[in-house]
Amino acid sequence: MNRTDPLRTPMEAAAMTTPLPDVPLLDVRGLSIALPPGADRPLAVDNLSFTLNPDEILCVVGESGSGKSMTAHAMMGLLPAPHVRVAGGSLRFKGKDVLTMPEAEQRSLRGGRIAMVFQEPMTALNPLMRVGRQIAESLREHTDLPAPARRARVVELLGQVGLPNPAELADAYPFRLSGGQRQRVMIAMALACQPDILIADEPTTALDVTTQKQILDLIRSIQAERHMGMMFITHDFGVVAEIAHRVAVMRHGKLVEYGPAAEVLNRPQHPYTRQLIASVPHYIEHRDDHAKQGAPLLVADKVRKVFHVGGGLFRKSKQVVAGDDLTLTIHPGETVGLVGESGSGKSTLGRSIVGLIKPDSGRILFEGTDLLALDRQGFRPYRRAVQMVFQDPYASLNPRHRVGDIVAQGPVAFGEDRTKALARARELLAMVGLDGSAADRFPHEFSGGQRQRIGIARALAMEPKLLVADEPVSALDVSVQGQVLELLDDIRRRLNLAMLFITHDLRVAAQVCDTIAVMRRGRIVEMGTAREVFTHPRDDYTRSLLDAIPGKGWRIPDDLQPVRAGAH
Amino acid sequence: MLGFAQLFASRLVKAAAILIAIVVMNFFLVHAAPGDPAMVMAGEAGAADEKFVAQLRQQFGLDRPIYEQLGTYVGKVVQGDLGYSYRQQRPVWDILAERLPATLVLTLTAFVLALAAGVALGTLAAVAVGTWADSAITVIALLAYATPIYWIGLMLSLLFSIQLGWLPAFGYETVGAGYTGLAHAADVAAHLVLPVITLALFYMAGYARLTRASMLEVRSLDFVKTAKAKGLPQRRIVTRHVLRNAILPVITVAGIQAGQLVGGSILIETVFAWPGIGRLAFEAVLQRDYQVLLGIFLVTSVMVILFNILTDILYGLVDPRIQVSQ
Repeated sequence: MNRTDPLRTPMEAAAMTTPLPDVPLLDVRGLSIALPPGADRPLAVDNLSFTLNPDEILCVVGESGSGKSMTAHAMMGLLPAPHVRVAGGSLRFKGKDVLTMPEAEQRSLRGGRIAMVFQEPMTALNPLMRVGRQIAESLREHTDLPAPARRARVVELLGQVGLPNPAELADAYPFRLSGGQRQRVMIAMALACQPDILIADEPTTALDVTTQKQILDLIRSIQAERHMGMMFITHDFGVVAEIAHRVAVMRHGKLVEYGPAAEVLNRPQHPYTRQLIASVPHYIEHRDDHAKQGAPLLVADKVRKVFHVGGGLFRKSKQVVAGDDLTLTIHPGETVGLVGESGSGKSTLGRSIVGLIKPDSGRILFEGTDLLALDRQGFRPYRRAVQMVFQDPYASLNPRHRVGDIVAQGPVAFGEDRTKALARARELLAMVGLDGSAADRFPHEFSGGQRQRIGIARALAMEPKLLVADEPVSALDVSVQGQVLELLDDIRRRLNLAMLFITHDLRVAAQVCDTIAVMRRGRIVEMGTAREVFTHPRDDYTRSLLDAIPGKGWRIPDDLQPVRAGAH
Repeated sequence: MLGFAQLFASRLVKAAAILIAIVVMNFFLVHAAPGDPAMVMAGEAGAADEKFVAQLRQQFGLDRPIYEQLGTYVGKVVQGDLGYSYRQQRPVWDILAERLPATLVLTLTAFVLALAAGVALGTLAAVAVGTWADSAITVIALLAYATPIYWIGLMLSLLFSIQLGWLPAFGYETVGAGYTGLAHAADVAAHLVLPVITLALFYMAGYARLTRASMLEVRSLDFVKTAKAKGLPQRRIVTRHVLRNAILPVITVAGIQAGQLVGGSILIETVFAWPGIGRLAFEAVLQRDYQVLLGIFLVTSVMVILFNILTDILYGLVDPRIQVSQ
């Protein structure tokens, strides 16, 4: 196989590209996409122009709602008609406008010449159809291959995207595969008919960091091998630094900056681009070592939890060890980061400490009292002392309660006077940066970042000593993420709170944690100060995690360092 | 496939246990109902003096303690003996066996028709959502769902048998015609048309609404977007991707309703004078014919359990994810 060196940097590759052809592979001119009346703005995409050439990766960067996915959907004819429609402009594929083509011709482009990989590998495959058949469907539509040849091609494709036992895997149903494997299947499906253009819409956002690295490597090598033009949609500048040849930055449907990757990454011009790059968490930074004072606030001692999955009258259940021999301490004022991939058991430990899960064995000592030995009544006072901030700011607030009540509910349940609690709730809402009217409104009136602030205010209302934050920023856009992290850090310092910060993102952990515990398959494989763990990782797994962080080779431009959110 | 056999076997064992529990509960349920069969029988015989009633009680074992009666009953049922109806002077099993085919023919035909038409209409409405076709189907479904089933039955027979004279208004076959073979089948089929349509309309409306809602939900899922991005034609997207996933909740509901169809046909059998289990149940209640009533309860329970197992198996075949939980 004639493989281009996947390790060459994209910026070098861009310099090597052959002179541009006369007609670009894809030429988007003045594209406007109209939203239905009543939406927050009339145009989802406003007068957008860019080109894409063969053998090139164009990264389209922007936060949610910037119109980047809409552009891709317009190209694939996937806009939710009739509400959202193209209002103007053209999308020329090899000189021919896709938008004015008859439907049949468009369909032969879709999946044939232009293919797409989606963000959510868990839901992008039909759950009731074998993956091989889903790939074969594309071949059936766009080629004349007879069934046995299609089957052979499917197996070949699955092998090319690096899946083990491709012949067997072709007969598997999607639910048998992991997220990374499903994304590989999606890529195989997109490659089935050797497309000229591959559109990837946040293809690695839903994946763990090590899987993300594998998929990025795969996408990059396949793109180079086949000289495809690729439109890669992402919100992560680390990923951009990893793969982009050219970058287009979008905001509110408009293109704000467009240029070669080296230019945009190292010398960003537009204020918005500069702000986005400044809020990228970067693992190079870590805090100074935390001076541990006094007795530990919380000690988890050899905590073990096994889940029993399935099982019934006639079946044996399957055992899943979510936590084994978990030992860690948190001192007052210290932020301990619990880092690991999905399924590593980090949430299980967090939930055990808050008392949402009862571990099978071990001790959880809070100021010397074993919480696990307490009965319901005895545990109650400690519920105040340990509070939790949840991951999903959309699902963790009761949609039918007013924000003020949500915040005041906890103290009221502990016997505080309602008017007093409500007054305190207003103070707290002001403290997390929301205005006074917030207390009288309902959660749906707030954005994701604001809701997470409400969640934090709710936890603080109980005057806790320890805050357990379970992925508090992973559902948020990068600039909002920076603001929420800053808020947490500010509050932690003002109230001298201890915090257990659970995250899958090492860059975020580097930014906010004093101490890092790395978890894998229910065990803590390494624990130490952030400085130790990031500069001298001892465990191989920690090293592989650090190694997988996208955009390591790229340094945030010096002039943006001082404006960084949360820097001190 | 071994896993499948295992699943089936374990379901059968569970079903047997459930059945015993149902038999016991039915027994108590019937005995909790007011009314003394001995009194009714004595009343109908015209001699209601104390001695005669006591004699009747003793003859039928009604004077025994209740748990002893229960023991006797369960013992007999386990051996396949459903008892003897003293009202009709025949074994209960014979009475049921005579009535069961009529009910099964009626309800199963109606069920299959309702399911096929309901899914087809629901799909059509979902594909054409927002158009006049969608509105028309939704309105028809709502009407069929909301109108009392006996009223539809009466109106249909008024129109098709009395006004137009096309179809027989009631009964299972033309009495005394003595048809055999094909002619007999055609005769029964003609009698079947009106009750089947009446019963099917109601269930069809439910399936149509459910299919439509489920299709609309599935249509917005990611994998449908994937299918479109593959360049598949609309037809294939609808049949292979949307409908196959949307049908799952329909199967669940249909499975539950299929079990109830046998017991739930009382009204329709009464309106159309259909000699099935439903009417038998109605008569048995009026006559305090406990043995027959218990037999009917048992048969309908078996039907429910049977259809539940069938649904589970079907579900396992349609949805590969189910097999994981084995």
